[in-house]
Amino acid sequence: MNIPKDLKYTKEHEWVKIEGDVATIGITDYAQGELGDIVFVELPAVGDEVKQMEPFGTIEAVKAVSELFSPLSGTVKEINEDLEGDAAIINTDPYGAGWMLKIENVPESEVQALLDAAAYGKLIED
Amino acid sequence: MSFIPQSDNDGRTLLDAIGVKDFDELLEGVPESLRLTQPLRLPPALSELEAVRHLGELATRNQSCDEYINFMGAGAYDHYIPAIIPHLISRPEFLTAYTPYQAEVSQGTLQAIYEFQSLICRLTGMEVANASMYDGASAAAEAVLLALSVTRRRTVLLSRLLHPHFRDVIKAYIDNRDVEIVTVADDNGVIAIDDLKEKLADAACLVMANPNFYGIIEPVDQIPELVHRAGAMLIAVVNPISLALLKPPGEYDADICVGEGQPLGNALAFGGPYFGFFAARKNLVRRLPGRLAAMAQDATEKRGFCLTLQTREQHIRRDKATSNICTNQALCALAGAIYLVTMGREGIKEVAELCVNKAHYLQEKLCALNGISLACDRNFFHEFALELRGSARRLFDRLLEKKIYAGVPTSRFNWENDHLLVCATEKRTVVEMDYFCQSVKEVIT
Repeated sequence: MNIPKDLKYTKEHEWVKIEGDVATIGITDYAQGELGDIVFVELPAVGDEVKQMEPFGTIEAVKAVSELFSPLSGTVKEINEDLEGDAAIINTDPYGAGWMLKIENVPESEVQALLDAAAYGKLIED
Repeated sequence: MSFIPQSDNDGRTLLDAIGVKDFDELLEGVPESLRLTQPLRLPPALSELEAVRHLGELATRNQSCDEYINFMGAGAYDHYIPAIIPHLISRPEFLTAYTPYQAEVSQGTLQAIYEFQSLICRLTGMEVANASMYDGASAAAEAVLLALSVTRRRTVLLSRLLHPHFRDVIKAYIDNRDVEIVTVADDNGVIAIDDLKEKLADAACLVMANPNFYGIIEPVDQIPELVHRAGAMLIAVVNPISLALLKPPGEYDADICVGEGQPLGNALAFGGPYFGFFAARKNLVRRLPGRLAAMAQDATEKRGFCLTLQTREQHIRRDKATSNICTNQALCALAGAIYLVTMGREGIKEVAELCVNKAHYLQEKLCALNGISLACDRNFFHEFALELRGSARRLFDRLLEKKIYAGVPTSRFNWENDHLLVCATEKRTVVEMDYFCQSVKEVIT
């Protein structure tokens, strides 16, 4: 199981990468493995506001659909448009090319509350 | 399905088995006030022969288009239905099947749906079509929901000359949402471009009927570009027969095309069941309502059919489903598919041309009469709205005596004008139309 040390995580199996005041969001290796072949992902539009723990989109595998919960609140700065044509990138490279969105104006307090790699690793072991 | 009547003895056995004294005791949980205190007032039972005779007598009280000459349209059109259609759809494999829940064992049903979708795509010029919907109006309402969800806007523009039933159904679908319906005025029978421009800002979609409620062909030219420039979607509500002659919505850049499928091989049948068709651009396929059949290969690389993209549907996506429709009007849609295949490209074109020619012949003859004119002098397909000196309803009633259904008075709908919608399909003969004109002349003078 790949759980990069430099990322933050949520109980809903999303990862967050903080760079300056921008947070990049995706789903974890564990999540993509549980979902199976991912065929489609529906993301918000640039400029939309997302709220912590509220759904920002949906992810669709061959036989299931799940909601994507935002790990943080903020304004959508950029979405990964490559996923529109080929959502399977999320399966092959969940922490890299499979990123979903970048948000800004994130409250610092919310960032503090995210899990680190060790805590997330323990969560999925349980 | 057989009907198994229950004898007194059967009832007794059932009650004994569950330990209940009598039927009333079984109903104790139902409040007294809701219970019937006396037996149902039913006439005494008839023998089978008497019952058949009685039903036959009741049936003769119906009027039908077999005895009356029918010039009514307004959404339901009296076209000829080739004999092969009732014959084929009566096959029990089609007639008794419900929507395929264990889909892959129903290869014939799935293939029929797939063929239907392909035919609708060819007819409308759109890229994808679903397995059909309840009727044209519910298809239009689903199209509106789709546009609202894609654009995330809250205003829906409806052409004033959209069929009032379609408007009602759309309204019913979105009544509980924070969405506003705005009517785009008409300019003498076609969408008023100036009014459209004014109302387009922040609109999710324009629902445009073509031909519209008055049978008039919209000069579509500027509309798609205006709608798209405003970030809205264009929903075209079309008559499928008209597409044999008119530019299909796929060619004028409509985002969604819906319509009432009844003109394709489905009987008038007092208003239903009919089917709706729903076609769209390919990039909307994951937001399509309803079912979708696809062609696939099985493990041995043989061609097969399946239901596809089911993750849109309720049984997987629950409350987040793209729509509440998880079924379709398979049998009516099948009749439509057989109609399209039987008639072929040329056949449908011939039907459409006959409709146009006859309707125009009739309109000219009627409008030559004193006190009758076109409500809007525009290009029309096979239906037109007449302005009369007196009430349209009265003319309709008078012509019933002559065994003619003169058309549909718009006063039957929630509609501001009193016009008579008159339609002539390929079924009307010159003799019938001349008799109609002669009868109108007698009645109005």
